[in-house]
Amino acid sequence: MNNPAVICHKVDKTFQQGELAVHALSGVDLEIASGGFVCLSGPSGSGKTTLLNMIGGLDRPSGGEITVADLRIDRMRMSELAELRLHHIGFVFQAYNLIPVLNARENVEFVMQLQGVAAAKRHALAMDILEEVGLKGMEERRPGELSGGQQQRVAVARAIVSKPALILADEPTANLDSATAEKLMQQMRDLNTHIGTTFVISTHDKLVMSYAKRLIKLHDGKIVDDIAQQ
Amino acid sequence: MKTPTFMLITIAWRNLWRNHRRSLIMLTAIAIGLWGMIWMTALMRGMVDQMIDSAINTLSGHVQIHAEGFLDDPSIERTLPPVRDNPALQSLLDSARVTHWSERIRVPAVIRSERDVLGVTLVGIDPQQESGLSFIADSVTEGEYLAGVDDRHVLVGRKLLERLETKSGRRIVLMSQDPDNNIAERGFRIGGVFDTDLQVTETSYVFAGIETVRAMLKMGDGVSEISLLGPDYRNLDALAADVRAAAGKADTKTWLELDPYMATMLGVMDGVILIWFSIIFVALSFGLVNTLLMAVFERTREIGLLQALGMPPANILIMVLVESLIMLLIGLLAGNLLSWLTILPIQDGIDISGVAAGLEWAGMSSTLLPAVKSSDVLLANAIVLVLGIAASLFPAWRASRKVPVEAITRIWQ
Repeated sequence: MNNPAVICHKVDKTFQQGELAVHALSGVDLEIASGGFVCLSGPSGSGKTTLLNMIGGLDRPSGGEITVADLRIDRMRMSELAELRLHHIGFVFQAYNLIPVLNARENVEFVMQLQGVAAAKRHALAMDILEEVGLKGMEERRPGELSGGQQQRVAVARAIVSKPALILADEPTANLDSATAEKLMQQMRDLNTHIGTTFVISTHDKLVMSYAKRLIKLHDGKIVDDIAQQ
Repeated sequence: MKTPTFMLITIAWRNLWRNHRRSLIMLTAIAIGLWGMIWMTALMRGMVDQMIDSAINTLSGHVQIHAEGFLDDPSIERTLPPVRDNPALQSLLDSARVTHWSERIRVPAVIRSERDVLGVTLVGIDPQQESGLSFIADSVTEGEYLAGVDDRHVLVGRKLLERLETKSGRRIVLMSQDPDNNIAERGFRIGGVFDTDLQVTETSYVFAGIETVRAMLKMGDGVSEISLLGPDYRNLDALAADVRAAAGKADTKTWLELDPYMATMLGVMDGVILIWFSIIFVALSFGLVNTLLMAVFERTREIGLLQALGMPPANILIMVLVESLIMLLIGLLAGNLLSWLTILPIQDGIDISGVAAGLEWAGMSSTLLPAVKSSDVLLANAIVLVLGIAASLFPAWRASRKVPVEAITRIWQ
């Protein structure tokens, strides 16, 4: 049996706002199996974003341990975390997803370029994935020339093109119409089913939740519900 | 991890043109800064070079040999034996290390025309040997240069001619002391008139054939001074040491030792140029650091995104430095072009007669010729480039040290 993709053990995160200490996460214990398709839901301020930040190595916990890909990321240096994100984690943000000076194809190729994939191969992969997400013919457009939904699809294409072991996504369907959202979720689910990519998605979207194998609800920095789904 | 150089250059280049106005202002500042360095240095160097040329051409040469005590008391008794009596010196002066040399007789004298009497220095020269060594041969603008060592004419300066209220071709009388302290005088016809940039040279010297002067002064074959030119006025130590060794007891001095004021001026000019470079660079670096800091600040979210996607901090640092390097290189190119375009029209000189008259004593002429030295241009470029990159290190470091979540927080929410 594969080791879990993510293990959080008694993870705390406290933000200091002046003299006030805000507990964004309080003793979160969570294990996400490899190949999991997990949705985090909960009201604003419940700690979804903070938990995604912690798992992605974008922020450090105030206490507790986080293990991703069998590595204790709470002890890693910035450069080691960057290396981990590059090779193991794909990100889809809610907004400001793309590098404005690169066109759609270059944005998709960006991670592969950092990974050292040969130019011809990454070009072909980028063109294929952009066609899959319905952006054929828009490869040379810069983010400013794309709609919000199109930008989001480029971001998703970038996140999945190099087939990372773990994809973290925050409201990936927020700017998409229902048909595109459906198609996108289907692609994610296919990737999850066929390649075993683990997904952790923060969302309010019922559609996204319907695709989840596991639904975790957060409230005030704590896990209040953890439901397995079909 | 291999650094994706091409990608970093691509992003840096495109980032540079995201804010056209700011980049153009910075490029203009770099170009004008470099232009200021090169242009002002060219003028200052030109001024110094003219002062040096003037000092060297006005009879001093690169190295001079005199009898002991002559410089303190330039009388006719203090003479050197001719070069032909010193085989070691003759051999050295005829070697490739010396481009020109000549013997001279110099005595204080009085020149008298029909109208006036003035004090001058009478210089007996070998016209052939002197050609190429000092200004005389190239400065005769009226009449003829001296034909030989026994030419019976004299050359006088234009200003002296005016003061004596006489003309080329007319007679004058020169009077001095012979070795026995008797008055030695002789009538000459003015064979030529020389013009120089310095009035003081025109009024101070009268030139005649060396044998003619010897005959007038009833002296033997001794000489007052031997002047020589080496290949480079800046590197004379070895040559001067060898001349000193060959000349024995004689007093051997380089032009800088003969003209300590000029030596000081050279040091001061180098200092002024360095201070000038520093002032321009400090002003420039503030602009550069500010521009890059602004660019980094504006791109906080983007830098966070790059980090989130796995770009290592070192690559972010390199990306900002490459952006700075591109800006510096374009600015330097424009600055060099601007320098060339502005120096080209004044390569024949700028008329500064309005201010140079007061500085004539320092060897400044009325026309200032800019002197563009490749070493100065390279130094200015190197200073802007190297220190520019150094100044960019701080903004680049700031960018690379950003905690991803601080930037990403804005993206998530």
